[in-house]
Parts: sequence; C-alpha cells; structure tokens
Amino acid sequence: MSLRAAVSVRRGTLDLQLDVEVADGEVLAVLGPNGAGKSTLLRVLAGLLLPDSGVVVVDGATWDDDGTHLPASRRSLGMVFQDALLFPHLSVADNVAFGLRTRGTGRTAARAAADDRLARVGLEGMGGRRPAELSGGQAQRAALARALVGEPALLLLDEPLSALDARTRLTVRAELRRHLAEFRGSTVLVTHDPVDAMALADRVVVVEDGRVVQAGTPHEVARCPRTDYVARLGGLALLPGTGEGRTVRVENGGVVAVAEEARGPVFAAIRPESVALYLSRPDGSPRNVWPVTLAGATPHGATVRCDLSGEVPLVADVTATAFAELGLTPGAPAWAVVKASEVTVYER
Amino acid sequence: MPAPLLVPAVLGVLFLALPLVGLLVRTPWSQLGPQLAAPGVGQALRLSLVSATLATLLSLLMGVPLAWVLARSRARGRTVLRALVTVPLVLPPVVGGVALFLVLGRQGLVGSWLDDAFGITIPFSTTAVVIAETFVAMPFLVISVEGALRAADARFEDVAATLGAGRWTTFRRVTLPMVAPGIAAGAVLCWARALGEFGATITFAGNFPGTTQTMPLAVYLALQRDPDAAIVLSVLLLGVSLATLLLLRDRWLGRAGVP
Repeated sequence: MSLRAAVSVRRGTLDLQLDVEVADGEVLAVLGPNGAGKSTLLRVLAGLLLPDSGVVVVDGATWDDDGTHLPASRRSLGMVFQDALLFPHLSVADNVAFGLRTRGTGRTAARAAADDRLARVGLEGMGGRRPAELSGGQAQRAALARALVGEPALLLLDEPLSALDARTRLTVRAELRRHLAEFRGSTVLVTHDPVDAMALADRVVVVEDGRVVQAGTPHEVARCPRTDYVARLGGLALLPGTGEGRTVRVENGGVVAVAEEARGPVFAAIRPESVALYLSRPDGSPRNVWPVTLAGATPHGATVRCDLSGEVPLVADVTATAFAELGLTPGAPAWAVVKASEVTVYER
Repeated sequence: MPAPLLVPAVLGVLFLALPLVGLLVRTPWSQLGPQLAAPGVGQALRLSLVSATLATLLSLLMGVPLAWVLARSRARGRTVLRALVTVPLVLPPVVGGVALFLVLGRQGLVGSWLDDAFGITIPFSTTAVVIAETFVAMPFLVISVEGALRAADARFEDVAATLGAGRWTTFRRVTLPMVAPGIAAGAVLCWARALGEFGATITFAGNFPGTTQTMPLAVYLALQRDPDAAIVLSVLLLGVSLATLLLLRDRWLGRAGVP
C-alpha cells in the first residue's frame, strides 16, 4: 500500500503544486501555516476536489490522472476531520458501521465489526450513544474508528487534534500514535502544530504558499529549519549567511562565531535556551556577544520567551526569576551571549 | 420598552387576534352539534382533509427533490428556476386556477391530449382539487426545505462520500434525516395552505358537493344562505388548523429543539 501524488490546483489566490510519496505503513505529516494549501491537498487525495491537473496513484491503482477521476465514494480511504463530524442522527455504532454498510457488508457483520473497532479505540459499550453524548476526545476516537473500520489503503487526517483541549489532545495524540503504528496503509496527516508532526510522523513536508519548502524526518526539520516559519515553530532564530571559516557573516549584518568550519551559503540556527542575557557586557573568551534590545516577551511554561532585536535577531528563553531580576522592559538594552558550540550550521 | 414600538405592536396583536375572538363570540355554541351533523358538512370536511393530505404528499414527492436541486446544484439556470418556483407564492390563486384550466382543461394544451388519448378529463373533479391545491401549496414546502438544506452542514456529505456513499445513498441516509425537521415544518405549512385553498380550487375544480366542494368553498356559500352555518364551519376549520399546529409542535418542533 503506497501513495504517489503530484497535484496542481489553482483556486483564487492559492496556487498549489505538490508532489508527495508515502510508503507502506508510513505516516507523512504535511506541516504548514493556514492557507498554505494543506487541506486542499487532502481534498484532492480524497476525491472531494477535482485537481486542475495531477496524478494520484494508490497501491498501483490510478485515482486521478488526465481523464480519470475516481469519485470519493469509490476510493479505499478513511478520513478524519478537525471536528469529528459524526452523523448526529445515527448512534455511535451506526456511525462506525456506516462505511461498511455502504460497501455492502450485512447489518449484523457491520455491527459486530463496529463494536470491535470501538473497543479498540477505548469506547467499549458506548456504541448505543448519540454523538452529542460523547466528549470531544471520545467523538474524535469514534471518528478514527469510523475511518479505520474498512481497513482502507489510505488514511487522511485533517487537523485531527486541533479542536481538542490541551489535556485531551495529549491522550488522544498518544492513542493515535499507537493506532497509526498498527495501520498498514499510507497515512497523510495535515497539521499546523509541529508537536503533532514530531510525535506522529515518520516524515514531514513543510508547505508554504502551495509549495514544499522542506522535507525530511521530524528531527531533521526541527533541527535544521529552512524557512522562518519552521524555525519560529520551534522558537529557533534562523540566520541565513555566508560561511567564512569559523565565522558566519549574517545576510543582514553581524557575524556569528561557530565551532565548526563553514564555507559558502549556510544557515546558522540558534535555540532560545542557548541564549543568555546580561545587563552589562560580560568579559570573555571566544564567544558571541551582541548588543540587543527587548522587542517583546511572552510567558512560555516556566520560562519567558524574549524576542530580541539587534544586528543579529534572536529569541531567548530565560527563567521567570531571571527575567524579573534583569528587570527588562520592552525597548530596554541588554547583551546576548551564545557559545559558538551552541550554534547549528548547515548548508543552504 | 419605547412607546413607538410598543403601541404598534399591541395594535398588531389586536388586529390579528380580534377577528378570531369575534368568531368565537358569535358562535352559536348550542347549535354546534346539529349544524355539524347537517348533510354535506362531514362530506366537505372529509374531502378537505383528504385532498390537502394528497396535495402535501404530491408536494413532498416533487418538492423535496426540487429543493435539493435548488440548494445543491451550481447550474446556471438556478436563479430562473427559483423564480419559477416562487411565482405561485405571489400569484393570485384565481389566476393560478385560470392557468391550470388553460393547460389541463378539455381544450387545454395537455388536457385535450389527455382527453383524446385516454378519455381523461381533469377539471371539476376531485383530482382537479388536489392539483389546484398542490400548485398553490408546493412552493411553501420547497422554500422551507431549501432553507433547511442550505443551513445543513454540507461537510457531512463529504464525510459520507469518504465512507463509500454515492450521491443517492448520501441523500437518503445523511441529508434527508438531517433536514427532516425542516421537511416536517414545510409539510405542515404546505398542508395548512392546501386546506385553506379557495381561489384556484373554485376556478379550476368548481363547487360540486361531494366531489369538489371543500370546506372553504362550503363556508363561503353558507355565508350567503345561512350565516350561522358559516360560523360553525369556520370554527371547525379553525379547530382543525390549531389542532394540527399543536400536534406537530409537540411532535417535531419539540424534538428539533433537543440538540
């Protein structure tokens, strides 16, 4: 079971051109800001939207091609939407059995398969309830059961966790991870939350303005972002520049000292926890020391995330206590210090 | 509450309620029994109920699919189509009756062919009553069902498609159950309108006791001959209307209120 798709769609201001491939049992996360075209890609894969041109091949069967368009109802797929979208007029079990019934399974067999699948997502004995009687997490589990019960070749997840509250999201995410590990078909997960992508996906493609801007494992993408959008998701400061040996000359001015030899066009990425803040210029060795001003500060767990402007724009995480001791207010000057060994350098 | 709103509002309520109160005050309650037992009354009532129900069924059969086309299709002629459907709403019923007569009458476009080919004549029959009522009442159903379809979340239809349901199965198993309260409300409106139909019926079907004389026709006739009888018949119609409203409110509107 595998997916190969090359899709081109123009809708108003959206100009989408994406190539994706997903192998057997693999989970591909499509990560990107709102309006990047992620959901449009899913609608094309599902057969709900006719692409202007493109190819969708699943398991060797052509779903979309020049002159070919298999309607959604004849594709072997399961889809989970942001809001669970359980049919309100059917019981939970009938919702799960729906896809089996439309594909010709008898009432009794479909009901038994639905009950079995509900038990596997932890909703044993809840089949008789109405969707309105379920909590958000339960509804999303039922929606997952409904999508998986027909053992589809392709599973499409459209922001499946973003409608849940933070605590529920954590447990449902862990369960989803377990179900995805068992699922033998290909999975495409659309999300704007990097945590979902990191936790659930084997591979990530980052989509901005309808194009893939970066692809790789979640770890690669998180460690070496190629666009500001991805860098900001992880809080990284992404500095494009030119390698000149043990230094990188940043495009907008400023020089960053690095631990390893670097040549040519490179990115220097600095994690917010690597940045230390001082009120006066610290004495010292071969370190990066820059004058900065505080542009903004937001609480971030036990730390305060500080946006710093200067010749080298940075993000710094400092503990709430340290932040209070520094007594920084927006516009206040400070000194930022980063060890050369804490700067990640990679080719552009 | 500001007086410029309150005073007209109170006047409005009085304007709507007073005639009904007047009807009840003038009702000769002691004569109610004998009047209702009079020959022709039961006949007219039965004919009214049967023809209004048949007209509602016909409207459901044609009107629900028509509403679906208006709500879901993206065809160019949709605006024209909606205008066509709405015309009987604003058309004086008598004109509707005349139009039906010109098409389905013995010399009409379709009527002459029906007469020649099958020996069927429609005007001045119970069939004509049902057709006239359907013509006038169906738009109420169509408008109401179309509104319900537009308000329904179309994403559920996408979900059904991803679960292997073709468009017909989706309509039957997802769309229809979800707009059922809207269809019920439309059917009630349609039935009530058909029950009260006068103009198109008397023009196209005539006024023959037993075959085409419905309650509104009987009321109008009785008013000229025996006002007390007209009042009794009117109260009877009022009772039927109110009973339907109350019955259906509990049955459907009440359930629709539960999330």
